[in-house]
Amino acid sequence: MSQAKVPVWVNVGLIPFINIVLAFLVSGLVFVAIGQNPIEAAGYLVYGAFGYDEGVGYTLYYATNFIFTGLAVSIAFKAGLFNIGGEGQAYIGGLGVGLVCLSLDHSMPFIVIMPLAIIAAALFGAAWAYVPAYLQAKRGSHIVITTIMFNFIASSLMVYLMVNWLKEKSGMAPNSRTFEENAWMPYLHNMLSPLGIDIGDSPLNGAFILALICCVLVWALIWHTRWGYQLRTLGTNPTAAKYAGIDTAKVTIWVMLISGGLAGFVGINEIMGVNHSLLLNFTAGYGFAGIAVSLMGRNHPIGIVLAAVLFGALYQGGAELAFEIPTITPEVVVVIQGLVILFSGALEHMFKGRIEGFFIRRAAAQEK
Amino acid sequence: MTNNKTPYAIELRDISKRFGAVQANKDICLQVPAGTVHGIIGENGAGKSTLMSIIYGFYEADSGHIEVDGQIVDIRNSQDAIKAGIGMVHQHFMLVENFTVLENVMLGAEGGALLQQGMDAARAELKRLAHEYSLDIDVDAVVEELPVGLQQRVEILKALYRGARILILDEPTGVLTPQEADHLFRILRSLTEQGVTVLLITHKLREILASTTNVSVMRQGEMVAHRETANTDKEELAELMVGKKVRLKVDKDEATPAEVFLSAKHLSQLDSQGVKRLKDVSLELRAGEILGIAGVSGNGQSELLNVLSGITPLDEGEIQFAGQTITASAPKNAAELRDLKMAHVPEDRHKMGLVTGFEAYEAAVLGYHNSDAYNGKILMNRKAMLEECNSRMAAWDVRPPNPHLKTANFSGGNQQKIVIAREVEQNPDVLLIGQPTRGVDIGAIENIHEQIVKLRDSGKAILLVSVELDEIMALSDRILVMFDGAVVGELDAKDADERTLGLMMANAYNEDQKGAAQ
Repeated sequence: MSQAKVPVWVNVGLIPFINIVLAFLVSGLVFVAIGQNPIEAAGYLVYGAFGYDEGVGYTLYYATNFIFTGLAVSIAFKAGLFNIGGEGQAYIGGLGVGLVCLSLDHSMPFIVIMPLAIIAAALFGAAWAYVPAYLQAKRGSHIVITTIMFNFIASSLMVYLMVNWLKEKSGMAPNSRTFEENAWMPYLHNMLSPLGIDIGDSPLNGAFILALICCVLVWALIWHTRWGYQLRTLGTNPTAAKYAGIDTAKVTIWVMLISGGLAGFVGINEIMGVNHSLLLNFTAGYGFAGIAVSLMGRNHPIGIVLAAVLFGALYQGGAELAFEIPTITPEVVVVIQGLVILFSGALEHMFKGRIEGFFIRRAAAQEK
Repeated sequence: MTNNKTPYAIELRDISKRFGAVQANKDICLQVPAGTVHGIIGENGAGKSTLMSIIYGFYEADSGHIEVDGQIVDIRNSQDAIKAGIGMVHQHFMLVENFTVLENVMLGAEGGALLQQGMDAARAELKRLAHEYSLDIDVDAVVEELPVGLQQRVEILKALYRGARILILDEPTGVLTPQEADHLFRILRSLTEQGVTVLLITHKLREILASTTNVSVMRQGEMVAHRETANTDKEELAELMVGKKVRLKVDKDEATPAEVFLSAKHLSQLDSQGVKRLKDVSLELRAGEILGIAGVSGNGQSELLNVLSGITPLDEGEIQFAGQTITASAPKNAAELRDLKMAHVPEDRHKMGLVTGFEAYEAAVLGYHNSDAYNGKILMNRKAMLEECNSRMAAWDVRPPNPHLKTANFSGGNQQKIVIAREVEQNPDVLLIGQPTRGVDIGAIENIHEQIVKLRDSGKAILLVSVELDEIMALSDRILVMFDGAVVGELDAKDADERTLGLMMANAYNEDQKGAAQ
């Protein structure tokens, strides 16, 4: 009965908040140790992330990637599957986007290229998730192992393709040519300026809207369709799923396809939205960070948006911080991110029991 | 023994324990004279297990204290309990299956860095104990090769080896045949003759009456009565347990079996290790009858339910159901069988019948979640699900009647009602029902039994699997007995008595005549 007595806001609000505050306190100690004023550093970080329009734009641009990968991890997790392969799926999703843009940007208008690129991102990401999903569902190979392996394969495959096939003929760097502008995802500041709204120039683009749409769709899918019902049953009680006659292999494969497709959308944001060319290593760890985002967001779309914004803020504010205080290297910023992940992910149960106990006792006392 | 200067081997004074808002034990007082078997009886959730866990040091009491031989003892963990001379035999054995009896007994008391010395000492001590308490056993036998009755004996020896003078047995007969149980009670009697004190936890009235000196009854966390076993009877104890008069009989008319709804021929099934779990089982299930499957748990009943309900595919044989022939090469899964109007209340509602993380209204459509009644074009029809859940909760008296409460937060009986209501309200032709009243309190048992009989009377076919002989005998019209994956006997319910069934369950019916004398 105990769970019923703990108010919801404690679990979704208070406990994550306490964990993050602790992460920042420990980060403060790190700053003191390298001889910096932690208050000043925190000021730069917060200002950099939220203090001015362009900063907010950058924060949300990073958050877009985290929303995609966070959703990808969480939907698989809802079915009891740990998809570690977001990185590779995002990478291959980007390849799909790049191929569509490179082959159509001379002949087709944006209105044709955009939906095709979105479909390609989803299909390529899903295809990359399909093999591990099939092996898990039909052969029992553990999905954690196979998805990790597929990250490495994706990485090598991209290097091969870029160097041997997709590299711009004249250039030295393993980049494709830049797409024509009709294959660019429009920037949000360009979309909003005709309406008289000025949000400052930033890489924030249409992919952000796609990310928010995905949140709503994933939420409806998981909690309001029979298909989501099946995947939640499988995720919480596989034996009951069998009892209910749910085809667990089919659900496993489908959920991984969707998960891979969501991760693939990182390619829309990065390739079509910002880089406008196909290049190496554009995923930059977003796939792995998605695991932390999903954990922190309690596998719920709203939580994932909040966690994604936090991570986006850390990326953007951290870059700003490293710029303002040269002794703070980008590595220190990674330490802060690591601490946030440590406290809100790995150590999430450190205070949970005690805080919940406090509210249970209080509820019990009020009953009397 | 020096405990004859104090009258009580163990005494509990005002033990209280609270888990969050739940008062699991309240001001429990208990006095157990040395050398007696003391029964503690109560419904599931009455607080028996909590109390025993406090005595054995798994939990600490919020208030109150424990005296052993008149001395206050401070028990904070199981080591303290062992030091105080308290031993425990758990419901699920804590044995290393591929170790020998000797290795199991000395586990945790190896004595020294090198094993051999300790082993020799343990062997000698074990021999002495076996002799003293007449607990014969081959100390070099591997535990997994022993029958459960003997495995339990190993547990008892383990406790005695550690110097236990007070032995707690938690539901010790759940896995035993009636004959094995009787044997256990004889062992307990001889233990008490040697001055050992036994605390026997059970919810089975028959065992209390058969084996104890005194009995204490718990209800909702409190000790409600202490009785001398000789001066009480089944009815009084049952009444004390539930707090109102109950019937142990089910009222039902003669069955009028009609056409065969389901017939199974020569079913066999292998588990993942290639061991045959079902051996050539054939049965016919007719409209308007309750077919009971009796047997000690683990003798193929679960596999039979799983194969019939389509959860696991069968390996040999065929099933005729609703005009369809189901074989190994033409299987049907659980969803397809549901569509053919077969319903299944699984033996284990937590593992199989419910998703405990779901709210009640969601769990109430498990297996029927694809039905048009609960779905719109794309989204599920939450309103329809809630309405139906509300009306079922009212009809089946599920408490609390809150469709949004997580399934895990209902009591066992109410969870079971949610499952049974779900399956019965679909108006199935065939209902497979396993352990319908396991962990359910007596008030709810009556209700569930009535519903099962009502379904039978409306011309449906019911296959009942239960390890409770009382239940099998009260409900069934015809009884099949399973042993080691095979059907070893069939009886008309009118001819069934506990002794016959018990012998069949131990596959000893044919040699029965010579054993009848004992």
